[in-house]
Amino acid sequence: MVETLAVYRRLIGARIRSQYQYRASFALFSVGQFLTTFVDFLALLVVFTHVRQLAGWSVWQVAFLYGLSGVAFSLADVFVSQVEYLPDHVKGGTFDHFLVRPRGALFQLCAEEFELRRLGKLVEGGLVLALACGRVGVHWTAARIIVTAVSAMSGAVIFGSVWVVGAACNFWLIDAREVVNSFTYGGNFLTQYPLPIYGVVLRRILAFVVPLAFVSFFPALYVLGKHDPFTSLGFVRFLSPLVAGATLVVARLAWNAGVRHYRSTGS
Amino acid sequence: MTQELIQLRDVTKTFTVARKAGRVRRRFEQVHAVDHISFTVAQGTMVGYIGPNGAGKSTTIKMLTGILVPTSGQVRVAGLEPSRNRVELARRIGVVFGQRTQLWWDLPLRDSFDLLRSIYRVPGARHARNMAAFTELLDLAPFLDVPVRQLSLGQRMRGELTAALLHDPDIVYLDEPTIGLDVVSKAQVRDFLTGINRERGTTVLLTTHDLSDIERLCRRILIIDLGHVIYDGDLPTIRRRFGDERTLVVDLEEAGPPIDVPGAVVDRVEGSRQWLRFHGHQLSASELVARVAERVRLVDLAVEETDIEDVVRRIYLTGRS
Repeated sequence: MVETLAVYRRLIGARIRSQYQYRASFALFSVGQFLTTFVDFLALLVVFTHVRQLAGWSVWQVAFLYGLSGVAFSLADVFVSQVEYLPDHVKGGTFDHFLVRPRGALFQLCAEEFELRRLGKLVEGGLVLALACGRVGVHWTAARIIVTAVSAMSGAVIFGSVWVVGAACNFWLIDAREVVNSFTYGGNFLTQYPLPIYGVVLRRILAFVVPLAFVSFFPALYVLGKHDPFTSLGFVRFLSPLVAGATLVVARLAWNAGVRHYRSTGS
Repeated sequence: MTQELIQLRDVTKTFTVARKAGRVRRRFEQVHAVDHISFTVAQGTMVGYIGPNGAGKSTTIKMLTGILVPTSGQVRVAGLEPSRNRVELARRIGVVFGQRTQLWWDLPLRDSFDLLRSIYRVPGARHARNMAAFTELLDLAPFLDVPVRQLSLGQRMRGELTAALLHDPDIVYLDEPTIGLDVVSKAQVRDFLTGINRERGTTVLLTTHDLSDIERLCRRILIIDLGHVIYDGDLPTIRRRFGDERTLVVDLEEAGPPIDVPGAVVDRVEGSRQWLRFHGHQLSASELVARVAERVRLVDLAVEETDIEDVVRRIYLTGRS
């Protein structure tokens, strides 16, 4: 494990050095990522110039959702979203290189496509989250801080798993990228707002099928001390780490099935 | 006693391909890319694995490296079953896919070797020793600090070979290792492979379209076509039987009837250009040129060696040997 991490660090280091050769593009992309996501946040503020509350949530409570979801999403974006390049590796034949080396293929794919410039989004999400934490007006107990931190990690795992499942579909389909994007980038957007504003079908999908409601909404209920409009089961707001574990298992199974399919069909 | 390092017994790989049938409907067909192949390779040998495109070469290599799982039959490499022990096997094999690089494109060549060292967990001292040896044998020093994308094709291939061999594999699979290389680089690559095979006892399986690669390197060749092994033996035999036919291409001053010259047969006439087929060991090219020049006025000429694919085709037509 320690040894694998060391290899990971070296591979990522190599990626960063490669990208450092294109400094200008690196800087522009990072700033661009920061700005585009920041515009998202401005849009949220614009909504609140017209309404004082959204489904009972104040502006800084929604900003908390936004920040938490942003941090979770961009962590997955930095470390896992690279799997969406899988079709290029399959088509170009470089996926075979991964398979003839003594390391996991998913590990190599994530390490070799690592892009530091995606960090711009993480910075923005972190800033908004910090800002919101200061303004939501709750007393920051150790429990609240821990739940926030654990949720960010769990959320990252959930988003990452969605990416991996989506990438695994590419072993069967020609290019499923757009469908996957609607769950990842689209999911990032959906988790920035409180669940009650959505229709019942979408709510159920987000709670039971692609469990993105556990990225920000349920943990935020606890942190912000809000009433759960859907269930009286109090433990639901603490389920995020378990849900993350379950999505991880599903992702692992889907990926393994995909690689098995590749190895029997060669495409 | 030699040990059989590679064993294939009755190996078949079947793909299902979709063919168009009507506007939307598709028909699925079974294609046998490799069809009941059996052969063994002893440790320390260099084997040429050749055949036309689509013959099943890469499918075989992919099964031997554990990338593909065979549909049926048994594959054993270094005592392991490749499809089940992919990761374990990976430490004992090296692969060069001629057309695609496994080096880090934007980084100095040296960095790729360092990264591979940690991926393969090669101990520091052994890595240093191998690096020193390969740097000398392949003359890598002048471009170790040059980014891979700036290397010439020959330099890059020398880098690829180093990358494939740094972890001391028992077997190395080379797919077209000399494709596109100039004469000097080709010779260097061949000398290197011969040396590695002699000194380290590395087993080499190479696919190539270049008959002279095989000539310099391999005592044994396996020819595969349409998923079957159609020849397994040494090169002199095959050359004697099929491969020493050469073609003299001549451009004449003006178009004329096929040249009638002893020792050669005109295969094709296209305007003022003619193709004369002759046997290399019966008649030298210069002698044939002299004979042709006595009869017609030549503008230009070229001698073409028999392409390996022609050889294969001819073997195939004569029935399996």
